[in-house]
Formats: sequence, C-alpha cells, structure tokens
Amino acid sequence: MQIEVKDACKRFKLGGKEFVALDRVTLSVERGEFICLLGPSGCGKSTLLNVLAGFEKLESGSVKIDGEEVAGPSPKRITIFQNYGLLPWRTVQKNVELGLESLGLSKEERAERAKKYIDLVGLTDFEKRHPLQLSGGQQQRVSIARGLAVDPEIIFMDEPFGALDAITRMKLQDDILNISRNEKKTVIFVTHDIEEAVFLADRIVVMMADPGRIKSIVKVPLPDQRDRTGEEFLHVRDKIFELFNLKSDSYIEYYI
Amino acid sequence: MKRLISLRNTVVSVTAVILIWQLLFHFSHYDKALFPSPKMAFDALLEMTRNGQLLESIKTSLYRFAAGYLSAVAAAVLLGLILGRLPKLFQFINPAVQLLRPISPTAWMPFIVLLFGIGDIPAVVIIFIAAFFPVLLSTVAAVGNIDPIYIKVSRNYGIRQPALTWKVIFPAAFPQIASGIHLALGTAWIFLVAGEMVGAQSGLGYQIIDARNNIRADILLATILVIGIIGIFLDGLLRLIENRILAAWGGRV
Repeated sequence: MQIEVKDACKRFKLGGKEFVALDRVTLSVERGEFICLLGPSGCGKSTLLNVLAGFEKLESGSVKIDGEEVAGPSPKRITIFQNYGLLPWRTVQKNVELGLESLGLSKEERAERAKKYIDLVGLTDFEKRHPLQLSGGQQQRVSIARGLAVDPEIIFMDEPFGALDAITRMKLQDDILNISRNEKKTVIFVTHDIEEAVFLADRIVVMMADPGRIKSIVKVPLPDQRDRTGEEFLHVRDKIFELFNLKSDSYIEYYI
Repeated sequence: MKRLISLRNTVVSVTAVILIWQLLFHFSHYDKALFPSPKMAFDALLEMTRNGQLLESIKTSLYRFAAGYLSAVAAAVLLGLILGRLPKLFQFINPAVQLLRPISPTAWMPFIVLLFGIGDIPAVVIIFIAAFFPVLLSTVAAVGNIDPIYIKVSRNYGIRQPALTWKVIFPAAFPQIASGIHLALGTAWIFLVAGEMVGAQSGLGYQIIDARNNIRADILLATILVIGIIGIFLDGLLRLIENRILAAWGGRV
C-alpha cells in the first residue's frame, strides 16, 4: 500500500459551533491508482486531501505514505488547486520551472524539462505568455505541467476543473486520465461531480457530511478508455446516485 | 487623441494661473519687489539658469532627495517584508509606528540640526522620515494581503526562505508596495524643501530663504515654480518605471 489512512479524525470550529470534518476515516490506496473522493460540500473530502498533502494536521489517527507518517508537504506529492495557484508575474515556462529551481539543474536542463511538460499538456508555443493571458483551462494545464515537471509520485487534485465550463472540463478529464495512465502516477482527485468521478476513477470513495465520513468505496469496473454515454458507464453512475439517495421513484419508473 | 486633450487641458490650466497672477499683480498695491509679475519671475528664472545658480541648486537638492528617498524605500521595503510575515511581532511594533507616523517630519528638524548640524544630513533625514512610514505600512499590508495559495504552492515545491521572499512574497506583494512607494515620492519631495529651508545652506529650499533675505520675490517665485515642475517630472518618471514593471507582471493592473 502506498497510502494508508487509519482512524483519521479532525474537528473544526466555525462561528462557535464545532463540526466534525473527518470522523474515523480509514482508507488504503495502491500505487498507480486513480481515486476520486466524492461527496457534497462539508463531507471532509478537501480536508482529507489537505491532510494527505501535508497542509493540515490530524487530531488523532494516522496518515502514512510509503510507510512514513506525513509531516508536511513535499515535492514528491504535488497538489493541483482549483484556482491554479500560478504566479502571475512569471511566464508559462517560468511557472513550470518553479519546482525545478531548487533541484540544482542547469538553466538549459530546466528549460528542456519545462518544454517537455508544456508540450505534454498541449501548450506548445504558449511558453512566453503570462497566466492572465490564458483561459482557465489553459491555466490549469500549466499548473498540471508544473506539477508533472518535478516528477512526483502522487498527484492530489482539489476540484481542479470546478471553475471550468463543461466542454473544457471534459477535455481536461480526457487528458488527465491519459496522463495519469501514461506517467503511472497515483492520483487522489476531489470532486462533487458524480459523472466526473465515474469517468476518472479506479475507485470512488463516497463521502457524507456531518460528520465527514466515508459511506462506501465503489470500484469502477470500466476499461481505461471510457465512454460517457455507454451503458456500463450509466450503470455505475446510477449506483452512485443511489448511494446519495438522489434517485426519485418517478425517475426509476421512467427507466423501467 | 488622448494626449492632445491632456495637452490642451494643461495649456488652459497653466494659462489661467498666469492670467490670474497677472491680474492680481495689476490690481494689487504691493511693491513690485514684493509681489512681482509673471514676466519678472520668468526673467529671474532665465537669470538663474544663465548664471548656473539654478542648476547647482537642483543638483544639490536632487542628490539629497535621491539619498533620502532611496534609502527610505530600501529600508522600509526590507523591514516591511520581514514584519509582514511576522504579524505577532508587528502587533508590538505597530503602536510605536502609529505614534511616530502622524508627527510631521519638520517637527524633528530642530532636533536633527542639533544632532547633525547644518548641511546635507538634516534634509536627507527629513526625506527619509517622510518616505519611510508610508512605504513600511504599505509593504506590511501588502505582504499580509497576498493570496495564501502562493505560500501553499511554495511549500509544496519545497521553496524555503530566503528564496520564498524574493521569488514569491516580494513579487506577489509588489503591485501594492509600488503604490506605497509612489505615494511616498510626493510626500518626500514636499519635505525636501522644508528640510533645506531650515537645515541647509544650499539647494532649492535654501534658495527660497536666500531670496527672501535678499528681498528677491521674483527669484523666490521662480524657484517655487521649478520645485513644482521637478515634482511633476519625478512623479512621471516613477509612473513610467512602475508601468514597465507591472507590464512584466503579465498585464495585472
């Protein structure tokens, strides 16, 4: 097991009221898996991701990656944020080089590696642009290239496509699926979009709010290349809908 | 077109001032030596330019200004970058800053002259005081306002101090720091004159006092005019530099 979460607990105080973000969460992830943390807001999925990434600490329980307790963030585990986190004063290329600068590479090596990943995310010829001159989808591609450039073992994604329009989002879903398969990275992907989770995940961790907990873990028995309109896809999606009690009776009748 | 309109506005506005001045001169009963006409002031300006007195004063003043202003900006930005990241420490320093800030730099003047004597230093110190606080406070605020995601990303990529400050915090805070630096320029220029009137024997501020002592109101007014024009020029220069840098920031306004 690459990632092992055991009895993770965390509480927050919000306006004098205490609420439980994580209530005895236990989860194991294997190397190379694509895991989606799916659930409504307040279910603790982002908290769990932040704990895994080392940005937040648990109250009790343990989070181990490769057998070691997570003590803080590390370039071996890169987080992709919803609002990209690009440095607007740097060009695309300099943004992608950000993580390479502390590795002691020469200028040429940095540029070469940045170019490789800029090409990989389909932004060839955009090297000299600044982030604010790019669309949201392009900016997220830059942030993905920046993450891949430091060759991390795990990629955490916190609702990375949440701010994008539907068409751009689907295109990026296709690409991130291909990239994660080709680059053999473990991906932990937070989303509240059921179809997105079904399209991407090897396993979907379905979470519930108040207290934040794992309701069930659903294995997605679909091939690497997925068809959003295929019967099997819809079948898995329906299963998730049921877990959230989202299927009304009339809806079921319609299908029968 | 925009330039043409702004040129037209400038011409109209300057002409109006000269016209009012001329009318006041015409209808007032003051002695000509005490209240000269625009033409007399202009002649004094030519005279000062020709005998080199003006250039000498401008050089002296600009030198003092550069020394005081640039050292204040450097010190305040550096200190601000540190204090901005240490809000708990700043809570203790802030009351002292708030106490010192509203004191007019000229109030320090006699004290500074007592300590350093007459010369370059009092004017430089006054400018330093005038520029220091606005830049310090805007830098601290700017550092406190930067998007926490920059810090999160930096931690993720293993960027530590001091690289964190010069690679991420300073550039992220720069647009707001720049507005503080710009604001301080005007204030500092105003206090240069005050500093030189009291603590110096040369420069534009002293030239005003000297003109008064010699009852040369024409030179006095001409000098005031020059001080204003240099102020505008410095402001324009800084705006130019600022725009250049902000353009390199990738179109952030």
